[in-house]
Amino acid sequence: MSFERTLEKLKILADAAKYDVSCSSSGSKRTNTNKGLGDSTGMGICHSYTEDGRCVSLLKILLTNHCIFDCAYCVTRKSNDVKRAAFKVQEVVDLTINFYRRNYIEGLFLSSGIFKSADYTMERLVAVAKKLRLEENFNGYIHLKSIPGASDELMREAGLYADRLSVNIEIPTKSGLKLLAPDKNFDDFIKPMEKVKNEIIQYKSEKKIIKSTPKYAPAGQSTQMIVGASGENDFQILKTAEHYYKNYNLKRVYYSGYVPISYDDRLPSIGSEVPMLRENRLYQSDWLTRFYGFQTNEIVNLNHQQLDLDIDPKLSWALRNLHEFPVDVNKADKRMLARIPGVGMKSVTKILMARKYRRLNWDHLKKIGIAFNRAQYFLVCDSNLFERRDLPAEKIKANILRNSNSKYDKLLSPQLNLFS
Amino acid sequence: MQHKSLIYDGTFEGFLSCVFYVFEYKLSDVTIQNEFVNQNELFADTETILTDKQKSNRVWKGLKQKASTLTSTKIYYAFLSEQPKVENVLLDYIQYIFKSSEKVDTDFTQPSVLKTSQIAKNVSREKHRMEAFVRFKLTKDNIYFANIEPNFNVLPLIARHFKSRYADQKWIIYDIRRNYGLFYDLLKLDFIDLDFPDNFDFSKTSSDFFSEQEFDFQKLWKDYFDSTNIKERKNMKLHVRHVPKRYWKYLSEKQPNL
Ligand code: SF4
Repeated sequence: MSFERTLEKLKILADAAKYDVSCSSSGSKRTNTNKGLGDSTGMGICHSYTEDGRCVSLLKILLTNHCIFDCAYCVTRKSNDVKRAAFKVQEVVDLTINFYRRNYIEGLFLSSGIFKSADYTMERLVAVAKKLRLEENFNGYIHLKSIPGASDELMREAGLYADRLSVNIEIPTKSGLKLLAPDKNFDDFIKPMEKVKNEIIQYKSEKKIIKSTPKYAPAGQSTQMIVGASGENDFQILKTAEHYYKNYNLKRVYYSGYVPISYDDRLPSIGSEVPMLRENRLYQSDWLTRFYGFQTNEIVNLNHQQLDLDIDPKLSWALRNLHEFPVDVNKADKRMLARIPGVGMKSVTKILMARKYRRLNWDHLKKIGIAFNRAQYFLVCDSNLFERRDLPAEKIKANILRNSNSKYDKLLSPQLNLFS
Repeated sequence: MQHKSLIYDGTFEGFLSCVFYVFEYKLSDVTIQNEFVNQNELFADTETILTDKQKSNRVWKGLKQKASTLTSTKIYYAFLSEQPKVENVLLDYIQYIFKSSEKVDTDFTQPSVLKTSQIAKNVSREKHRMEAFVRFKLTKDNIYFANIEPNFNVLPLIARHFKSRYADQKWIIYDIRRNYGLFYDLLKLDFIDLDFPDNFDFSKTSSDFFSEQEFDFQKLWKDYFDSTNIKERKNMKLHVRHVPKRYWKYLSEKQPNL
């Protein structure tokens, strides 16, 4: 491999791939059983972090940034005047293996611009994964981007070698998509997703009968939506996410605050701020529905279409539902404990265990690690020291905001700093 | 009764032997100290405890019967923290476990239970960080070599992870603070000691020791790392929280341009 040329390609094709926010390498079990290279045991590892604070766990690149389409929000679009490059299949394989051997990465995330046709492109992505698995005996993580419009046969093959497949919806509404990605057909996204979903279901039922059924996309599928490019509100975004979680069995939906990259006047102009706080709130909401037992409707609905930016969605829900509080920490069930602002899932588990031994008071709760500043207005425990006063929602909110330390209003990573 | 100070050899078995001794002689006022950090307390009656595999096994087995696997793991993790006085926190915890009639693993209202849990969590965090931040460099002898300098003694904890991951390459991970390492030779895993040449710089890749293509891959990795950054989203505070500066020295992506 020619080092100089590879170096240049890597710069171009990593730069073009960086706006895809999915980075997770978790959720796959591919143990090293053949004395080969690599092991994916389910827990993703972030090997480094970019200066913008995002996890680096995969070699995330495009196979090529040549593209026949012209989606307005994309740096790779046909009409954009950028340097173009394309990797050979073997080059991607070599980079992945050598980075993996040095413990830089957990595996590969391979996406691509569409060159020639959807199938022609998808075929090459599959070829990389196939080579890694069959020739290099590689057990690390592989995430392939499904190219919209790729055929069922290719999607089937892709899932045999990849751990995860994803197709980015990017724009949550049909009308937005029509405006910004005129070459794209909404159904082209759905078709590969549908195929992958059905293959996964089939794999699961066959595996019950025949143990040796080859694995099919064990880490499932995910998708990404751009936030703040085409005017949707949070209600539309979260409802779309809910739809995909339910109907396509998605493992993750990612939200990506739009980074202005174009002078196209259909889009926020260059220099406008990336909506990072909003993105963070969307992740928090997503988290509430996936792990805290909330329904999307409780977080956003027709009367409350936009998430608050100054407080997190759980606190926002609590303030709108004061009649559910105070919660008695020594009696309440798991579901209600999880709904107390300032109490994270880990604290919930600790509370449930610790209260078997004695009734808990504020001292215990603080040691367990609840965020007192928020929690105090919403719970009672075995101390009357901080009897809850009947305050109206606005007052509680004002108090919390006044006493919140910097930790609370700082801009943090969507995936790591959530509640408690 | 007079305050007693038990000195042991720094190994986990040695510590458990001390615990055995405490139970055997029903000592109540006691400190347990690693011989390397021995403070020689004034007025304390000092006793050196020899490591006894059988006795330590008995304590360990008893513990596993009275408490969950998670708890014994936490105790081991916390022990590897090498934090001053951690032995006494663990002794309190173990005594509390043995004297209670029911399981007390998760009684977080008890100071030693909570403290052990917290220390174990810190150790566990460093274990994960080491699994992430080890950077292998290919030597001229075709061995992938990495050096680390963790605050806690996590090398024994990361062995299995690397063994299952890099089954088809020879590798060494060396703890230069504690001066011992792990060597995998394609068949088995061993603890080793190494002597390094005087001109060996742990933060650099010298062509005296490392393979020619090693430089290329470090450069590719560093350039990759720089290209993935989105400058409109820069957040150095968050970056440093994830990658604390004490690890930067040995991260290839954090080296000045080659
Ligand atoms: S098809 Fe994909 S790569 Fe091509 S312009 Fe649209 S979003 Fe970009």
